[in-house]
Amino acid sequence: MSQPINLGPRSWLSYRGGSGYLLWALHRVTGLGLLLFLALHIVDIFLLAFGPAAFEHLLVLYTSPPGRLMEIFLLFGVLFHAVNGLRIIVQDLFTKSWERQRHDRLIVVQLVVFLLIFLPAAWIMFGSFLESLS
Amino acid sequence: MSRRDGGGHRRPQGSGFEASAWFFMRVSGVVLLGLAVFHLFWMHFVIGVENIDFNAVAGRWEGRWGPLWRLYDLALLVFAMAHGFNGLRYVLEDYVQRPGRRLALKSIAYTLGFLLISAGAYIIFTFDSGGV
Ligand code: HEM
Ligand code: HEM
Repeated sequence: MSQPINLGPRSWLSYRGGSGYLLWALHRVTGLGLLLFLALHIVDIFLLAFGPAAFEHLLVLYTSPPGRLMEIFLLFGVLFHAVNGLRIIVQDLFTKSWERQRHDRLIVVQLVVFLLIFLPAAWIMFGSFLESLS
Repeated sequence: MSRRDGGGHRRPQGSGFEASAWFFMRVSGVVLLGLAVFHLFWMHFVIGVENIDFNAVAGRWEGRWGPLWRLYDLALLVFAMAHGFNGLRYVLEDYVQRPGRRLALKSIAYTLGFLLISAGAYIIFTFDSGGV
């Protein structure tokens, strides 16, 4: 079971300093963000039951400029959480990799992989965002 | 259970519920890596968000590969919800210490989760465009 670590709001994000702390916080925030999006997403898909008009009414959420920006955040969230999650899974399979140096090296690899996919995709999405403005 | 640098929990001892949950988070993570990333990629770069409307979904769910897309969406729904809600449970257990409040929040979360999974499965199984 989890230890009682609750020392008030300020302690929530400061759990454990160190190199992996930011990744830990981001993994948590992106996971919760994805869950929030998923809840909204299930509601919007459910509107299919009420016919085309009801369904398409809500789609403006996605095609409007704010929707286009949200999508870039969504991509960031999915991609970060996926890459970081994959690293966690791989490290749990090869437990020697938790040794400090290997751990740090894996984090560098992870960030490179993340940026190589995120930057081009976000660039294209940003183009769609600019288009949606005009 | 203990957390560690970079996210994730250390593997709990034994073979109880927490050990199974830990294992499930890893299996569902790998599954979602395929399902969710491909879904996002497909919707955005193959179909295009501006082309999504009622008919686009009808074309997918009622077309030649309809049953497969429905199965795909059902798997995505079940894995993402189970993984996401177990993750939410971890977060609640970290931040909510008082037993009464913890039980209340968990009950609300699980009820919401149940409603969402039901709504999602309902539309996957019953969708009928009325013949497009
Ligand atoms: C894309 C593929 C994904 C992978 C590889 C992945 C992997 C993981 C891993 C390894 C963990 C750590 C589990 C532990 O604490 O032991 C985790 C936690 C979590 N995931 Fe995912 N996940 C993915 C997608 C998702 C999605 C789609 C959602 C939302 C519906 C989500 C929500 C969460 C949440 C809320 C947590 C808990 C975070 C925490 O305790 O700090 N994940 N994920
Ligand atoms: C911009 C991003 C996205 C778009 C445009 C999009 C679009 C769609 C569409 C049109 C459907 C209807 C079914 C179909 O045509 O196959 C659908 C279903 C679904 N999507 Fe997405 N999606 C996006 C992101 C995501 C993400 C990130 C997740 C996972 C966390 C997700 C999970 C699901 C699920 C579970 C269903 C089935 C819903 C239900 O049963 O009610 N989607 N999506």
